[in-house]
Amino acid sequence: MQKTFSEKILAKYSGKSHVVPGEIVEVIPDIAMSHDNTAAISKTFAKIGVDKLYNPDIHLVVLDHCVPPANEAFAQNHKDIREFVKKHGIKKFYDINNGICHQVMAENGHCLPGTIMTGSDSHSTTYGAFGAFGTGVTRSETAVIMATGKIWFRVPETMRINITGEFQDGVYVKDLALGIIGKIRADGALYMAVEFTGPAAGKFTVSERMTLCNLAVEMGAKVGYVPPDEVIFNYLEGRAAAEYEPVYSDEGCNYDAVVDMNLSELEPVVACPHTVDNVKPVTEVAGETIEQVFVGTCNNSRLDDLAILAHVLKGRHIDSSTRLVVIPASSKVMIDAMRLGYIETIVSAGGTLATPGCGPCMGNHLGVPATGEKTISTANRNFKGRMGNRESEVFLASPHTCAVSAVTGKISDPREIPVDMALIFSELRKATLSPVLMTR
Amino acid sequence: MQTVIKGKVWKYGDDINTDVIFPGKYTYTVNDPAEMGEHAMEDLDPDFAANVQQNDVILAGKNFGCGSSREQAAVCLKVKGVGAIIASTFSRIYFRNGVNVGMPLITNRDAYDHFEHGDSIEIDFEKGEIRGEKGTFKFPPFNEFFFGIIDAGGLIPYTRKRIQEENR
Ligand code: SF4
Repeated sequence: MQKTFSEKILAKYSGKSHVVPGEIVEVIPDIAMSHDNTAAISKTFAKIGVDKLYNPDIHLVVLDHCVPPANEAFAQNHKDIREFVKKHGIKKFYDINNGICHQVMAENGHCLPGTIMTGSDSHSTTYGAFGAFGTGVTRSETAVIMATGKIWFRVPETMRINITGEFQDGVYVKDLALGIIGKIRADGALYMAVEFTGPAAGKFTVSERMTLCNLAVEMGAKVGYVPPDEVIFNYLEGRAAAEYEPVYSDEGCNYDAVVDMNLSELEPVVACPHTVDNVKPVTEVAGETIEQVFVGTCNNSRLDDLAILAHVLKGRHIDSSTRLVVIPASSKVMIDAMRLGYIETIVSAGGTLATPGCGPCMGNHLGVPATGEKTISTANRNFKGRMGNRESEVFLASPHTCAVSAVTGKISDPREIPVDMALIFSELRKATLSPVLMTR
Repeated sequence: MQTVIKGKVWKYGDDINTDVIFPGKYTYTVNDPAEMGEHAMEDLDPDFAANVQQNDVILAGKNFGCGSSREQAAVCLKVKGVGAIIASTFSRIYFRNGVNVGMPLITNRDAYDHFEHGDSIEIDFEKGEIRGEKGTFKFPPFNEFFFGIIDAGGLIPYTRKRIQEENR
């Protein structure tokens, strides 16, 4: 019988000949990521009553949620984590100078096709960009992985999103992802594995696949997945931290739902407050005044995103009533962006640069909005209070839409200031550290 | 764990969120599980906590347990003796929290269309059947591992027990 990617990988890891959706299986993941929440996890681990990790090599810890620490409590938290990591011999440890967990994992070759990866972070669906079965788990579950190596999963049903056509100017994979969420809503793919396939999906760069799979969780999904191909294999060449064997859905397998998306029909969109599925065409919300623009987060602050921002800002200045906070996804992205001159352009245009990490994405520091203020952001969540102030509003859009909005001080149609994507891609090929994750 | 339970149906609609299952205002003030049970379903069905019997079953539509990730929303039903929750779909985090506190959760769309509030039903976890006057409906049977977690009273006690057994 033909099986989906998830059914095949979960059967393989649980040592069964086959599994069906709804079944519960137990597996040992290849990687279990945790970030600043590792201190809390280590306390639950202590309660289980073992003094050694089952296997320190499957754990990966990145400090990113509040780096450098904003106050004493965050600093203590980091200190506790460093001690824990040292005591238990966790070698895959990335301190505050690296960047956002999901990005850092990709850059260091930990995201591999055909592997199972968990993260104590809901956006761990991102690893599906590389053909991994990646999903978020709770803190206690990571503590249990520490103790036993094991985690249970319910075998998910699968939704296939069939992507055809070509992007029009000013439309990006962010618009596609928000477009899907707007169409199927926040629970449209509840508990499902979402496979992004079709002729257009294979053309997406690594960066674009990450943006897409990162947003899968906002559709309710357990995992996002793009079948790994040459784009991924090339990216992993000389970078993969371990050997891997890709897993694919069988031809003719059973999908519980199929959604068709034609890129040629999409237009730039904005997710309006306070839910990610409150998606409207940018033309409907254009003109809304904003006080802050945030280009950052694991969703959209890679080199290609900063390139688009810099190209919009070149020779311009942001509106005097607006602030622009820019946080590269990682230090590698930041260095590449410096070498390519993007940082100089962005800062000269009035941008405020902050150190790689999550920044204000979940309201910890570096750009928390004031009461009554509106922010347009490249992030993946706009829930009430998400950026640290319940009395503020967050709109989500592509880097291009955010860049143009920074120039005008209002939510704006990105097509007002076009960018030359061919030129941008030729520049990006010169990147050396965060090889943009591209091939387009 | 009992492999077959019998109880009455408490039927609710779609998108039952964690706020109505366990009100947010108590999340930091109520820490005793028994007291959590007294507030179960408070904002949705004031009769529930006072009248629910051991092994009664909650039957709901789609997206049961959406909203916050609070574990209390699973604990409060468990301590009231709820024997299982059947829903057309569960929010993913509720499903994980439910299993991790030892609550049997069943995903089944047909039961919702057939059974009503107050109906008597029987659930056979081993065979994977929901049985009642209005029919029999199938779900993937619970395996040994799933039984183990539920029996131990949740994931953390289960893990502790497992480790003790391995060390023996
Ligand atoms: S950038 Fe935001 S969404 Fe991404 S890991 Fe950090 S807090 Fe989470």
